[in-house]
Amino acid sequence: MSLSSRPLSPHLQIWKWSMNMALSIFHRASGVALSVGSLMLVWMLVAAANGSESYACFRDFATSIFGQICLFGWTGALFFHLCSGTRHLLMDTGRLLTIPQAEKAGVIIFVVAASLTLGVWGCVKFFY
Amino acid sequence: MAQKWEDTAFKAPMARARGLGSVHSGLHHWMHQKITALANIPLVLWGVWSAMTLAATGADLYTIRGFFAQPVNAILMVLFLGSVFYHMALGLQVVIEDYVHCEKAKPLMLIGVKLLSLVLFVAAAFSVLKLSI
Repeated sequence: MSLSSRPLSPHLQIWKWSMNMALSIFHRASGVALSVGSLMLVWMLVAAANGSESYACFRDFATSIFGQICLFGWTGALFFHLCSGTRHLLMDTGRLLTIPQAEKAGVIIFVVAASLTLGVWGCVKFFY
Repeated sequence: MAQKWEDTAFKAPMARARGLGSVHSGLHHWMHQKITALANIPLVLWGVWSAMTLAATGADLYTIRGFFAQPVNAILMVLFLGSVFYHMALGLQVVIEDYVHCEKAKPLMLIGVKLLSLVLFVAAAFSVLKLSI
């Protein structure tokens, strides 16, 4: 069975972007990003259990510019996935299912997730 | 009682021969995704708060050990890891099922994701236990 010759349904490049679509795509993308980011959490715990030398290596990475960018992105993905996931749980109870509600929920999710991300990093940078 | 897909007249003989169709495990998967999602909400909020307090104090090894020396933190962290990695395994499984159409790579990737999630959980959870005692 040849897969390449079969007709495909319209995909990302065909549809006009909508809030529904953006939420769905970002929910999945943030989930995959968090999966990759979880490696950093495991690295931290294993390195800390392994001893001061291993932990210093992790800490050097985490506090480097690249490490900080990774952590910032991870925080953003985490809060987005958390807010969007909460919407999914609410939708499972039969709420927020109309398009206008999705548009509104989307704006709230993006604003809350961005605020929490910036708030957390602001707090840490302020108190550290 | 729900009628099984195999019993319906809608299924083409070829689909029956190939064994295609529902395997009746979707609800179980969906429920577990939702239950871990529910558990993740308080656990993630606790995790972020803990990470913030640790980061604000410089997150040196001495502080990390002190943090996990408290049983409540070690317990919550192991619960966090269990819920998050199970949720991750279920989520990545769906992503692979949706996008990977190569019938050789797909099962290997599905098995890989399950095993990798388990390895990550065990490595992280054991580290927490070691740090806690």
